[in-house]
Amino acid sequence: MKLEIKNVSYRYTSKGRQILKDFSLSMENTERVGLTAPSGYGKTTLCQLLSGYLKPNQGEILLDGRPLDSYQGYCPVQMVWQQPEFAVNPRLPLGEAIKEGDEIEERVIRGLGIEPDWFGRFPTELSGGELQRFSLARALGKRTRFLIADEISTMLDLITQSQIWHFLVEEVEKRQIGLIAVSHNPELIDRVCTRKIDLRLLDEKNR
Amino acid sequence: MSGKKGNTSDSRKNRSDEQTMRDVQREDAPVLKIEHMSISFTQYDRGMHQTSLPVIRDLDVEVHGGEMVAVVGSSGSGKSLLAHGVMGVLPYNADMGGRITYCGEELAKERIKKLRGREIVLVPQSIAYLNPLMKIGPQIRRGSKATEARKKLRGIFRRYELDAGVEELYPFELSGGMNRRVLISTALMEEPKLVIADEPTPGLDLAVAKRAMAHFRELADMGAGVLVITHDLELALEVADRIAVFYAGTTVEEASVQDFEHEETLRHPYTKALWRAMPRHGFQYIEGTQPYVKNLPTGCSFAPRCPHCGAECAGEIDYRIVRGGKVRCIRAE
Repeated sequence: MKLEIKNVSYRYTSKGRQILKDFSLSMENTERVGLTAPSGYGKTTLCQLLSGYLKPNQGEILLDGRPLDSYQGYCPVQMVWQQPEFAVNPRLPLGEAIKEGDEIEERVIRGLGIEPDWFGRFPTELSGGELQRFSLARALGKRTRFLIADEISTMLDLITQSQIWHFLVEEVEKRQIGLIAVSHNPELIDRVCTRKIDLRLLDEKNR
Repeated sequence: MSGKKGNTSDSRKNRSDEQTMRDVQREDAPVLKIEHMSISFTQYDRGMHQTSLPVIRDLDVEVHGGEMVAVVGSSGSGKSLLAHGVMGVLPYNADMGGRITYCGEELAKERIKKLRGREIVLVPQSIAYLNPLMKIGPQIRRGSKATEARKKLRGIFRRYELDAGVEELYPFELSGGMNRRVLISTALMEEPKLVIADEPTPGLDLAVAKRAMAHFRELADMGAGVLVITHDLELALEVADRIAVFYAGTTVEEASVQDFEHEETLRHPYTKALWRAMPRHGFQYIEGTQPYVKNLPTGCSFAPRCPHCGAECAGEIDYRIVRGGKVRCIRAE
């Protein structure tokens, strides 16, 4: 299965800055692609476009040859956000957040180190790292084919970061889920990904 | 961030008198000294039944003027509470014990109220601490319209490569990295003696993160004490003088940055595990998670994950000096 971005351009408002211009990228579901670029280069925008949260002004995003927005119901491309505290409903206990996902397996929950005690707690009662484990579990539903990880481990300590990435790499390999990892840490990308892309270089080529 | 006015010249004069007194004291006293800090929360368990949740049990750390100390700990270990405890902004159901001294004098509730935002500043962890309904410029200037404040802010923005137009934006209109730089700017509006930065760099790209840390370093080099609370050991190692490693409510090791060059010069098994988990040192991890405060083991809190754990680790463990650093492990030598 292939995830493709074809000649996508995007700006938030009609007079706003051109964030992506004629951007193209293609990846297989067996790949793990690492994206790097400085702040403000549109990494998060790209992630949102890829997972269907935003629609491109021009160009198209294809999953398996079909436009992404033609998929009804559960989106096979799932995104995990940089700041988990904004990605969960503050008024519901975290057990409910897990139910928003697509039949999350017990194995995933255990693999991410989620403690049974956390299910009854509210988002303000958990730390960023603990919340991020829930966001990850929620995104790893049964029908997920691509996972977009936007700076998911910036708030984690080194041991947890290593634990979570080891689990994720094993999980996506086993289930043949394509992974896009956005990170500022080049050493981490080297450890995790099979291919590296620097948005800055792509940008220069386009100009 | 309140928009209070009325900082008359009178009070400013008093402050400068106080300041000179304190400057004399500062020669030998650390800017900030925290001894045996403990913070616990009162929670309702079932119905009216209350339980106490000890999040920080025994925390010691010292920051001298001109020094940058990083408290490095796992997420969920209660690091942020340390900052809130010092600033006196803990929630109503929190209870703090231990002793905090600022420039040799105890930092009582009334005193911190006067000092915070002026001599002691906190750079918060999340952009959620900004007022979402207030534009960035007035928010950082705390509503001041004085030309001086405007000029100063513009200078700070230039330093962080923020456009002057950012002053007219609301927090939600900025990218994650820009928001972070705005938060750091808030610390520089006054001339602080103690800067506490709570996770100042997640979401910044490496170059900007290093520059942000370098700005904190600059504040330290100008004489302020800087306490950075972070999970990012790699970044802390690049700029800090000393590292205090925090695990499950206690400081388990205090080491100089040089000690982190080799695994052998470190003292605590947890610190060594952190070292091995760095991508450049093998990206290895150890099993398990940090114990939840409700079911902490007695004695050493790292015992369940420690390969060298023995029966004697269940007893009281002192924070002692080993090879010029401090460690809370009976086996370290």
